Amino acid sequence: MRPLITTAGLLLGWELLVRLTGLPVYMLPPPSTVAVVMIERFGLLLTQAMWTASEMVLGLLLGLLLGASLAIGLAASAAWRRWALPVVIVSQAIPVIAIAPLLVVWLGYGMASKVAMAALVIFFPVASTLYDGLRRTDPGWVDLARTMGASPRALLLQIRLPAALPAFASGARIAAAVAPIGAVIGEWVGASAGLGYLMTQSLARGQTPLAFAALVLLCLLGLALYYATDWVGRRLVPWQPSQGD
Amino acid sequence: MVRGARIAFGERVVADDLTLGFAAGRTTCLLGRSGVGKTSLLRLLAGLLPGTQPSRDVAYMAQSDLLLPWLPVIDNVLLGYRLRGDAAALRTARPRALDLLGQVGLGSRLTDLPQTLSGGMRQRAALARTLCEDRAIVLMDEPFAHLDAVTRLELQDLAARLLAGRTVVLVTHDPLEALRLGHQVRVLSGQPVRAGPPIEPGGPVPRDPAAPEMLALQAGLLAELRAHAR
Repeated sequence: MRPLITTAGLLLGWELLVRLTGLPVYMLPPPSTVAVVMIERFGLLLTQAMWTASEMVLGLLLGLLLGASLAIGLAASAAWRRWALPVVIVSQAIPVIAIAPLLVVWLGYGMASKVAMAALVIFFPVASTLYDGLRRTDPGWVDLARTMGASPRALLLQIRLPAALPAFASGARIAAAVAPIGAVIGEWVGASAGLGYLMTQSLARGQTPLAFAALVLLCLLGLALYYATDWVGRRLVPWQPSQGD
Repeated sequence: MVRGARIAFGERVVADDLTLGFAAGRTTCLLGRSGVGKTSLLRLLAGLLPGTQPSRDVAYMAQSDLLLPWLPVIDNVLLGYRLRGDAAALRTARPRALDLLGQVGLGSRLTDLPQTLSGGMRQRAALARTLCEDRAIVLMDEPFAHLDAVTRLELQDLAARLLAGRTVVLVTHDPLEALRLGHQVRVLSGQPVRAGPPIEPGGPVPRDPAAPEMLALQAGLLAELRAHAR
């Protein structure tokens, strides 16, 4: 209840600020105008939102898959660890935003470059949290499995991997929070559809209220993605006591 | 049988040229204060120290129950068979697992996750898992140390009954536990560690903790443990 009151208060303050100072709408539209635009242009906004949502979800899935594969590979093989780990760490020094134009050149203005962009920002937090989880298996479990004659493969798949699922779930939550950033940056650099594309287009034409409406939808998409991932994550690790409020 | 064992972690020599024999089919309790090297010795026997290989004849039960939180009780008990990935062996072991869970009083909790069990129930499930491995030698590292006094006594009775006939090496810091469960008790002390002469209280295990000769032996062991500087 309290967050709702806070939000309502902030919106009211914003509305009053714009009305009292007489700021032009193209600089800061009042919330009421944004709301009207959201209703009037609902069809357009919905289409663009679906597009961006697809980019975010596909990017998230691809990033989770790549990150998890890398982490499992690193945990499974010492040789792979020696060859790949330094490269992975160095690759994180490359600013992802700087690669965005390149991705557009390679993959085009369509959805693929945005999915790749989102996957790129997601991949590292996922890989590093899961790899950390895989390295921190309770030594007691490892000992027990060894006395039971478990192969390294069985140890990895049946003990270390499930034991690392809580870490993977928190990595996935971080990933869900940053996935929209990847998708939107991709759209800003070069796109033919999506909420980020709509924002750049409407700002260039002085349609600031429409850009704000797109922004509101982006926030909602981000929240939905985060809570959906959180929900799946909790179901993935039912033995973990759920914390938080 | 351990002959001429040497355990060292860097500069710290835990055991040097240590020789210990364990009677087949009997329970030997190794009694010692914390830090004397009991766990290291047991890990050596289990083949868990660097440079050793786990033996096929050994089942290991640690201080904590080590139940996997994502597996129901029955699958935890069958963990060894699941890890070895032999489907036929897993199928044949299942009735054994069910029987053992019944004997430890968990017959109605088969599909529950470990987190829903009390500490005593968890340790009983761990005992069932250890026995389900059906190995000739069972190594136990203070398996009841975390339990309250009454639960500990109950579990000692249960363990003594279920472990009958196996070669058991149990390390503990509790003289009463050693005297209740051990056909033979050896006191470990010193650095590098030495084993005292075998003490054999006689009579069937588990022994009555309140019997006068038990209390006398316990007093003697406590005095001996206190006398040994760490």
